[in-house]
Amino acid sequence: MEHITTPKVENVKLLDRYTNRKAANGTLYLTATHLIYVDASAEVRKETWILHHHIATVEKLPLTTAGYPLLIHCKNFHMAHFVIGQERDCHEVYTSLLKLSQPVKPEELYAFSYNPKMSKENREIGWKLIDLKVDYQRMGIPNDYWEITDVNKDYEVCNTYPPEIVVPRAANKAVVIGSSRFRSRGRIPVLSYLYKENNLNAMANRAAGKGYENEDNYDNIRFKFIGIENIHVMRNSLQKLLEVCEMKSPSMSDFLTGLENSGWLRHIKAVMDAGVFLAKALKDEKASVLVHCSDGWDRTAQVCSLASLLLDPFYRTCKGFMVLIEKEWIAMGHKFSHRCGHLDGDPKEVSPVFTQFIECVWQLMQQFPCTFEFNERFLLEIHDHVYSCQFGNFLGTCHKEREDLKIFEKTHSLWPFLLQKKQELRNPLYRGFTAYKELQPNTLPFSFQFWCGMYNRFDKGMHPKQCVLDHLLSCMSQKMKLEDNASELENKLPFLDGPLPSEACSLPKIGCAASKTPMLNTPQDYEGEPPPLLSNGASAGDIDVMSDVDQKHKENLSHHQDLRDLNDTIDVLNSQAKDGKLRHH
Amino acid sequence: MEFSELIKTATVENVLLSCAGLPAVKGTLCITSHHLLLSSCPGGDGQAGTVELWLLIRNVDAVEKRLANSSGTITLRCKDLKVLQLEIPGMEECLNIASSIEVRFWVGSEPGPSHARVQRLAGESGRLQWLEAPPILWGSPSSGCPPSLAPQAMLRSSQPLTGPNRKRCREDETLLGTVLDEGERGFIIDTRSAQAAKQARMTGGGTEPKSSYPQWRRLHRPLERGRPLQESFIKLVDACNDTAINMDRWLNRLESCRWLSHVKAALSTACLAAQCMDREEANVLVHGAEGTDTTLLVTALAQVILDPSCRTLVGFQGLLEREWIEAGHPFHLRCARSAYSHARLKQEAPLFLLFLDCVWQLSRQFPFSLEFSECLLLTLFDNAYASAYGTFLCNNEKERCLCKVKENTHSLWAWLNQPGERKKYLNPLYLPNALVIWPSVEPQSIQLWQGLFFRWIRSSQYLDEAWAEIQRKVGSGLVQQINKKHQNWVCVCHLENNDWLLRFQPVQGQT
Repeated sequence: MEHITTPKVENVKLLDRYTNRKAANGTLYLTATHLIYVDASAEVRKETWILHHHIATVEKLPLTTAGYPLLIHCKNFHMAHFVIGQERDCHEVYTSLLKLSQPVKPEELYAFSYNPKMSKENREIGWKLIDLKVDYQRMGIPNDYWEITDVNKDYEVCNTYPPEIVVPRAANKAVVIGSSRFRSRGRIPVLSYLYKENNLNAMANRAAGKGYENEDNYDNIRFKFIGIENIHVMRNSLQKLLEVCEMKSPSMSDFLTGLENSGWLRHIKAVMDAGVFLAKALKDEKASVLVHCSDGWDRTAQVCSLASLLLDPFYRTCKGFMVLIEKEWIAMGHKFSHRCGHLDGDPKEVSPVFTQFIECVWQLMQQFPCTFEFNERFLLEIHDHVYSCQFGNFLGTCHKEREDLKIFEKTHSLWPFLLQKKQELRNPLYRGFTAYKELQPNTLPFSFQFWCGMYNRFDKGMHPKQCVLDHLLSCMSQKMKLEDNASELENKLPFLDGPLPSEACSLPKIGCAASKTPMLNTPQDYEGEPPPLLSNGASAGDIDVMSDVDQKHKENLSHHQDLRDLNDTIDVLNSQAKDGKLRHH
Repeated sequence: MEFSELIKTATVENVLLSCAGLPAVKGTLCITSHHLLLSSCPGGDGQAGTVELWLLIRNVDAVEKRLANSSGTITLRCKDLKVLQLEIPGMEECLNIASSIEVRFWVGSEPGPSHARVQRLAGESGRLQWLEAPPILWGSPSSGCPPSLAPQAMLRSSQPLTGPNRKRCREDETLLGTVLDEGERGFIIDTRSAQAAKQARMTGGGTEPKSSYPQWRRLHRPLERGRPLQESFIKLVDACNDTAINMDRWLNRLESCRWLSHVKAALSTACLAAQCMDREEANVLVHGAEGTDTTLLVTALAQVILDPSCRTLVGFQGLLEREWIEAGHPFHLRCARSAYSHARLKQEAPLFLLFLDCVWQLSRQFPFSLEFSECLLLTLFDNAYASAYGTFLCNNEKERCLCKVKENTHSLWAWLNQPGERKKYLNPLYLPNALVIWPSVEPQSIQLWQGLFFRWIRSSQYLDEAWAEIQRKVGSGLVQQINKKHQNWVCVCHLENNDWLLRFQPVQGQT
């Protein structure tokens, strides 16, 4: 609160990426958690919500005739270009946002104040929803070869591993501790995934390296080096990709050259290749595999989790995917706090390692549209919350730190909230758990596509104008409702002897997806220099497209918004937002 | 000379056929006047006597042979972009087969209906007739037009013969003048750059000078055609077939072949034409040089964008018949060779493919708005380059008339519109949409058409399964299912106040 000096600025313009459209004019509000922009120039009230934690950079640009521009880039690739009338207002919003977007103390993170009015009991049950022990049981562990040990209960072996780890039964405590002295940060080889198809005990393992093993000292071991670049290369690559995505009316060549020069898809392919290699080694060569990079919490996490997805259909379900993220990323100490820049810290520690994993999953969805229980929105939702700090799951850098922060006592887990929304996050084409076993993706370069839905997600104009996903989801739910109501009516049939107008069940229109996503579509600027008579400004259609974007955006951000947390001074907004909340729940 | 006389070896046994992504099959190879057949050996991999390959020889774009010891391998690169390998025991047989295909394929490149004789029409041939182009009166504001359709006219032509002396033609000026009312403005979209249009004057062509056509405003939107377009196609297919390519090289070649740039340019220009009509409510004249290539690309695409009746299965066929075939796109010259041919390029250019690609882009951006599916676009591509039907034969109506194409061949449309066939080409997600469909032409919105360029390179199993799943999900039939269970009651579903109402009423005669 103390960071907000100017909670409300009027006459703020929001520029559109498309130059030929009129800028919106409205009011900008700063609340404890969000920046909210209300467009007053539109006929229908439109709001743009930006979570402070989502803000990656805030820039003041040179003065223009319209005023003082403020450019905001978000970690979920939203970009907002405001123009504020007064320099003083612009500066105050700027300094407030700088502080609000980069808290210094973990206690300032949203998760610690987020209150969805859930009972203490339910909150605790929420944290128990994903239990890694159940997953190990599913793999048949403990067994003759593997055991779950609490050797790390006081974090003596490794302070970035969880208290319970899976190690070979034959390795006693002395062996484990001895090995930990030889591995960077004590990150000894522990089990990631046991592939049950093999007779013996194959394992995809993880460990920290820093250097590599001398082959002479390890019997029966083959080395394979897979060139995934380090976090700094990845950070720069994403930066270049985003510059390409933000180009104003680029030519096809500009775009493709930029895409190539960013190297982004090359890195995505490298991660996928490594995952495919690992899965093949386990499945086809029936080998046990030890995976490591330097510390074993970035590239190792990517590769192990991808291989698990390729091998085991369970991880392709909603619940299984949550288990996978908990197991391979959260429990094993991927440093979300540093990689996502949750707190004011070293910018060189920030890197899109998790984003790359999410993208690899999306690439797999493109090749195997019926094999995942969840849809693209599920991935985007998780990606949003990795940065939103609204839930405790991704705070801190490892299990120990999360214990110290008391996140299990003070915050909520994301997973139950996602499962609640399963209806809209599921894949209507999913053919079930047993339809596909191992996946063997094509990894030729042409199999990788640019993910417009992620990196240009808020440029709705670029997306298909009609949404197949919405349509299929609504078809499915309509069909279900009609079936239910039909059987209800059928049960009454024998007792009735005439038409039943009063019993008619009223249902939303089938195919309402068509009306929900109407053809709100207007021609864009189809030429470099439009002759003035062709650029006829915004039309009703433009406005609707905008409101759709904002509405969706607002839903994404404010879905679990506790309205009582909002700045109380903004009564107007609160009442509006409450309406929004009623609509959403 | 009849082709059969040129066949030196008509059948060879134990030929191994392989094609990327499919298991190899061994069988008997047989050459007929028009086809290459391979039926698998009894007791072999396939079922006894199963026909594994039925390839129109006209579909062959390039033949390569490699001899080793006592056998040889023939690689057939087809116009539909598939690549087949035949391992033939016996050197002589191999050479004979190869030369028969080569001869056939040269003879076959002469125009004329005798080479397009229909081989098998499943006994339905009697019912097949040439489709009359559906009566779509483009540009005339009849009562049947949907409300969104502007009563503006789109015209197409070739370039005016202005020449170096800046000739004028009163009649031409009058003709264009009659299209516009007093004070009304029209747009001329020239598919060449301003400079190219000016240069055309040196060879007798040119463009409409402002002074002579004062009511018309000229816009230049250069679109590639001819050799550069064919080379773009060849380079793209080359890159797609390179399986040893790395990511950077792939993106580099995708960019430098410029195919997607051509797609973007074609869509943008068509949108501009549509915008002039729909937004500016102006009449539009489109032309390039001859008015048979990029002109048709623009006018046909603009109609798909503007007019919902062109987005139905029948309407789209009508559009092709009217805007491509009757409008005189020289299919015979443009589609003589596809991307694999090493022959010296003459008049080949994949303008029709570019059009199909643009329609595919529309279908991706508006998945509910086209009644037909990708399958139709692929079939059209295949038939434009090699067909058992007469529809795409010759270069214009006059040639088709001289060759008696309609008398001697069958129509592709008649084949496609048979009830059993038709189903294959329908889009299960289709919901008629009366509005204009404005696509995004941002590079992020334009994708490489994988279904065409990778059709024979990657497995489509998982994508086909997804398609089948979509068909299952949108298929209704709920009411029918319910009604099967009841004898005295009938369940009806009807729309009231935008809600579907389900109710049971007694079977007629009961009340």
